[in-house]
Amino acid sequence: MSTNGAKPKLAMYWAASCGGCEIATLNIGEQLLTVDQVFDLAFFPCIADFKVSDVEGYPDGSIDLCLFNGAIRSSENEHMAHLLRRKSKILVAFGSCAYEGCIPALANLTSRQAILRAVYLENPSLDNPAGILPQTTTEVPEGELTLPAFYPTVKALDQVVDVDYYVPGCPPESEQIWAVLRAVVAALTEGAALPPKGSVVGAGQTAVCDECPLARHEKRIARFYRPYEIVPKPGLCLLEQGLVCLGPATLSGCGALCPQVGMGCRGCYGPLPGVIDQGARMLTAIASVIDVSGKPGDPEEALAQRVEEAVSTLVDPAGTFYYFSMAHSLLRRARVQDDGQGERHHETDHH
Amino acid sequence: MSESDRFEPLIIGFTCNWCSYRAADLAGTSRMKYPPNVRLIRLMCSGRLDPTFVLKALAGGADGVLITGCHPGECHYLEQNYKALRRYHLLRMLLTQLGVEPERVKLVWASAAEGARFAEEVGRMVEEVRRLGPLNWPAVAADGGETVAVQTPNGGHAHEGEPLIAIPAEQEVTP
Repeated sequence: MSTNGAKPKLAMYWAASCGGCEIATLNIGEQLLTVDQVFDLAFFPCIADFKVSDVEGYPDGSIDLCLFNGAIRSSENEHMAHLLRRKSKILVAFGSCAYEGCIPALANLTSRQAILRAVYLENPSLDNPAGILPQTTTEVPEGELTLPAFYPTVKALDQVVDVDYYVPGCPPESEQIWAVLRAVVAALTEGAALPPKGSVVGAGQTAVCDECPLARHEKRIARFYRPYEIVPKPGLCLLEQGLVCLGPATLSGCGALCPQVGMGCRGCYGPLPGVIDQGARMLTAIASVIDVSGKPGDPEEALAQRVEEAVSTLVDPAGTFYYFSMAHSLLRRARVQDDGQGERHHETDHH
Repeated sequence: MSESDRFEPLIIGFTCNWCSYRAADLAGTSRMKYPPNVRLIRLMCSGRLDPTFVLKALAGGADGVLITGCHPGECHYLEQNYKALRRYHLLRMLLTQLGVEPERVKLVWASAAEGARFAEEVGRMVEEVRRLGPLNWPAVAADGGETVAVQTPNGGHAHEGEPLIAIPAEQEVTP
């Protein structure tokens, strides 16, 4: 492979994330040698000692490919998103957190005050009698200390900066990561065309069900079960057995790994092409197959009651349908009436 | 409070082609009076109602959503209104978790002969939503829902000129 002169530069950064995306990337195995041949690392805090100031010193647009994983939860995350956008030619929302909020965005179902209260004031293992909460600035004898601001709402990467491509998955599957990297390598070394801006890459085009080997029949679900309540029959569609599986509303590309081992799809590859709100699509799919019907003349209240009983066996619909896509959903977050407890403690810190 | 500064809820109403739209039509041709707060959108069937439509209406600034269809057992497409019913109950559970009062989304069955019932249900829903006050979801999405406890009971928000789905950028708030 010819790499005339300076090699293209690769960066990978984590914002509000768990590090699983980095592990999945390093899991491409010996292909890492090819990546090393083609790219120079410009920034990759997980595996190499770069500083933010190094990135700040780079000319704008000098990073050829930046894989940005993690959601935008704090002002630091947002600052890094803007910085890396400015320094990168291709910015990829890499993994479910950057793409659509993922697990961090489940915090959008509660309030910032409630989170701070749970973490710093009410956690049983805490020793914080003064009720001290983190502050963005604190005066100490040595000077002023600062911390990033904790946002009330977790956002996806494209809700703060322009994004070129999306790679779904929690984490993305290693072979899909390699396919994406190979496409970029081909573009950089052989002038191959890149997909249109805004594409979801490293995934299939249809639903997870299409690559799931479990046997499917007509679905009629009388009630739902949580995973610990029943042992699923092997080889049979989990949804048919009353176990929630987001396969029908989730993009393929993972190989249906979870349903094959008895765990319903949680939806980490995101919505299918053309779908605005993955949770609404799953709600539609699942409500269609609930086995409560009636005949003309049935009392309408009794019918409504039976439907209510059947759907109420699905515990936590918001957390289930938006497990990975809360930040990208139409409503984005819950409307929370907070009692202001967190703010009160916060004020006493100052006086 | 005077009539003019009373909060006027904006309600998006979905009707089915075969029963409830005709009920609305009958209410109109019979010159029945009902509040003008509901904007009707005709679908072929209540079974066509993707919950995305409801979420999009609320996210875009609607204060409530009315879903209407043929009575159970009388669907033009046999049993699609049963699907609508099941989606509706699941959607209400979901919306409750997201902090939307269940009264803001209502399902009403109305046959083509029930113009009076349609008008009455619209009137009842408008009063219920008026009592709840503005939903103003664009602000919830923008400020993290932290100021929603401060509700303006009167018509403090104008819908005119607001794009249906634009959600303002979030303000940076320090804890």
